[in-house]
Amino acid sequence: MPDHSYDLIVGLETHVQLLTETKLFCGCSTKFGAPPNTQTCPVCIGMPGSLPVMNRRAFELSLQAALALNCEIPEFTKWDRKQYYYPDLPKGYQISQYDLPMSQKGWLEIHDPKGRFQPKKVGIIRAHLEEDAGKSLHDEAAGKADSRIDLNRTGTPLLEIVSAPDIRSQEETRAYLTELKLLLTYLGVSDCNMQEGSLRVDANVNIHIETPQGKIATPIVEIKNLNSFRFIERALAYEAKRQYEIWQETGKKFGDPGTFKQTRGWDDAKGITFAQREKEESSDYRYFPDPDLCPVVTAAARVEEVRRGLTELPAAIRHRLEASHGITPYDSDVIVAQGRATVDYYEAVAKAAGDGKKAANWVTQEVMRVLNEQGWTLAQFPLTAASLGDLVKRVIGGEIEITRAKEVFNDMVANKRSATESMQALGIAKVDTSELEAICKEIVAANPKIVADVKGGKQQAVGALLGQAKKKNPNANPNDVRRICLELIEKA
Amino acid sequence: MSLISKSAAEHLRDLEARKVSSVELTRAYLDQIQKHDAKIKAFLLVDPDAALARAKGIDDRRAAGKPVGKLGGLPVAIKDVMCTQGVKTTCASKILENFVPPYDATVIKKLKAADAVLIGKTNMDEFAMGGSTENSAYFKTANPWDTSRVPGGSSGGSAACQAAMMAALSLGTDTGGSIRQPAAFCGITGLKPTYGRVSRYGLVAFASSLDQIGPFGQTAEDCALLLEVLAGHDPLDSTSANIPTPEYSKTVNQPLKGLKLGIAREYFAEGLNSEIEAAVRAAIKAYESLGATAKEVSMPNTKYGIATYYIIAPSEASSNLARYDGVHYGYRTEEKQMLAELADEQKRYEAEKNQKKLADMDTPLIRLYRKTRAEGFGPEVKRRIMLGTYTLSAGYYDAYYLKALKVRRLIRGDYDKAFEEVDFLVGPTTPSPAFKIGEKIDDPLSMYLEDLYTVPTNLAGLAGISIPCGFTKSGLPIGLQMQCRAFDEERLLQAAAMYQKATDWHMKRPALA
Repeated sequence: MPDHSYDLIVGLETHVQLLTETKLFCGCSTKFGAPPNTQTCPVCIGMPGSLPVMNRRAFELSLQAALALNCEIPEFTKWDRKQYYYPDLPKGYQISQYDLPMSQKGWLEIHDPKGRFQPKKVGIIRAHLEEDAGKSLHDEAAGKADSRIDLNRTGTPLLEIVSAPDIRSQEETRAYLTELKLLLTYLGVSDCNMQEGSLRVDANVNIHIETPQGKIATPIVEIKNLNSFRFIERALAYEAKRQYEIWQETGKKFGDPGTFKQTRGWDDAKGITFAQREKEESSDYRYFPDPDLCPVVTAAARVEEVRRGLTELPAAIRHRLEASHGITPYDSDVIVAQGRATVDYYEAVAKAAGDGKKAANWVTQEVMRVLNEQGWTLAQFPLTAASLGDLVKRVIGGEIEITRAKEVFNDMVANKRSATESMQALGIAKVDTSELEAICKEIVAANPKIVADVKGGKQQAVGALLGQAKKKNPNANPNDVRRICLELIEKA
Repeated sequence: MSLISKSAAEHLRDLEARKVSSVELTRAYLDQIQKHDAKIKAFLLVDPDAALARAKGIDDRRAAGKPVGKLGGLPVAIKDVMCTQGVKTTCASKILENFVPPYDATVIKKLKAADAVLIGKTNMDEFAMGGSTENSAYFKTANPWDTSRVPGGSSGGSAACQAAMMAALSLGTDTGGSIRQPAAFCGITGLKPTYGRVSRYGLVAFASSLDQIGPFGQTAEDCALLLEVLAGHDPLDSTSANIPTPEYSKTVNQPLKGLKLGIAREYFAEGLNSEIEAAVRAAIKAYESLGATAKEVSMPNTKYGIATYYIIAPSEASSNLARYDGVHYGYRTEEKQMLAELADEQKRYEAEKNQKKLADMDTPLIRLYRKTRAEGFGPEVKRRIMLGTYTLSAGYYDAYYLKALKVRRLIRGDYDKAFEEVDFLVGPTTPSPAFKIGEKIDDPLSMYLEDLYTVPTNLAGLAGISIPCGFTKSGLPIGLQMQCRAFDEERLLQAAAMYQKATDWHMKRPALA
């Protein structure tokens, strides 16, 4: 069989835990890491007679996220029960939103600073609120098949964000998730900590195969619980290949009788996806409106108020930095990816230095390097923006040359000193022009061979003089030395 | 006149005047329980020591001149569907046979704060599903007027203990008539408040959009007293109404002027027992003699009430009862035996080389669910879980549940229209008097039809009261139902009290053997 080219088609369902103090329908803490079953009450463990009461803060955070995702906010939304039996779901149903979600029809723009794909808008079909289930801990050691349930997480507010199947590659998938995570982190809606399960991803994936008869879609597979970006990329790559091979074997395509969405898990150790349900049957969750909760009505004026109150979002900050500081999309991406604190720091450095581009170089290279080396957050970084800006300004003004400036920078960081103090300590001072000319005259006179080489057209030979000038005075600016020496040689 | 034959309001006046102590009163009711409950079987649980200790505490406070709550030491019986902290709450179901709630229902908190003496937990139809209290997993309760007959249900235990003078007041719940029908069968006064008037927090849910807690008493005044304590907004119940609670006990004895009664012709259609019809018509005459005017109105969608109810209530119930799975609390099937059964099945199918059976075998978890629920629920509860599961299933939802919601709105529309013209709808509470124990147990449909007049009130979310208005020739009580606009309980109680001032049906007490 001949090989066909195919496109990867991906839609993502992302669950993010909202940064509320308390659970979605009761007053229990949502803090991660407490001893099992210590953050529970009659409501979240589904005791007979208990009733849910909506956490307004959770709804507020969801509104912010939905608006940031350019979603429409319907005036009326309601709660539905999604019914299934599982030991970590103590009520036998999850309170979720079915046919009238709190938001729908939005988009998220993704881009690649490396330019591997064109910027594009990924559609957001809907974002809705729901409660999390508990955790099942299966201990099957020694054939005991013991399972333990921790209900601390039960009832934690989740925002489920469902993308349209607009994603076409692993790079786009990563870009979508990175941008989503950044957006939600900027909003303070979620900490998006994947290790703690604050951000969980299910991927709906199939491939569209080019054949002489036209495009053929394979049956859709949902890969569940992908808990790192790397897993997702690997799982998608594996799944695309697997679906292609299955299609080659069986010819089965999307919509064929007897084909339906299959749920698969990802085994990272083996590097494979595997069927999660023995019997492939469609579930009937028997959704119906939860009679214990009132519908939520959000007036248009309220939506506008929340929209106006939204913090500046990553995409807008990037555009602003590029426009007002003239920096490259690559630099703006790096700065914005570090979070709002870095953006503010960068802008203060740029202002103090009077040059956005130079400031960007210093922040994205030197500052980031130190943070990485030291394992610091920006808050732990000892240089104020004003102090770094001062250094950058001196570099721009030619008071200090770049390699020496990096020495100064390291000294400022190490000894928590100002640029002036560090320069003094390192004995760095701008060399007087007449002194520099004297040094140059001296070394030109002492190196007739180099002079001859330069005159003979080998301009780069002048480089050897720079080191000699530096020996005579470490503060000699190599650029100035080069310029003066070349002038002297030309005149000679 | 014995101590316990007085109304709760009379007791309260005596308590406040220190003519009687809470301990004396509690002891008198406990004696009555001791004497008669072996036959009536109204109580699932009585804790005399705790009740007397509480009564003594209240007496002591009163004696010390300290403030005492509105219920001042009155013994109150609780339907066993409301959570009581540290006290078993079974819903008359095997599946909750050992369930001890870690918290009090809001109404229990309120009763305690109002210095009620909780005298015991009463029998009921399992999970409040039924109209005869025969669906209790533990025992059947007898009607104090004729112990071969049912007390009604589902709040049969609370109604029977009230009628048999085993408590000064009692609490019931009404999802489709479960307060009003047993009140009618037992010859007492029972009020189903407007949906949202009383917090449902801690009430074990049957059908959440219909359930409502309400009072039983000898008189409308008693009900006013108790409702005043129960009612009010509860931040723990999103469906509780955030409106002020009137002081029902202060206004209940003020007669209403210019009362306009609506007589729905649909309430007097075929199937209504003639003695009941006669008693109800006489009651309307009595009202007219008190200055009321009566007018015929039409409630054309009444006939869809039962069908609508038996879609909505089981749908919600199927969901509400999903939590009883044997995992977290309550009854769980014997696990070792269950696992042995599974192992046997597997061996058998392997011997038969029956691959299909092997593939279809339950996992231990699924079998745990199946067996726990099969053993823990009674037949009526299972019937409703199955009905509700069916009506919510994909492909049936629109035809059943969604349609039922639409009819529900039409039924509410009937009321809204009627209440443009009249203040109250008056009619029989039930089409027939208390039936024999066992008479309808194998005929669920005829049992369901007993709720014909009461179910629409719940569907519309309104309030209704049943008050005694006569007896059949064979000596069975007859109930008069009055329904009112949403949150108009204050006037409903006044209207009921007017009638009770003019008549003495509510004063009749059964002769207990």
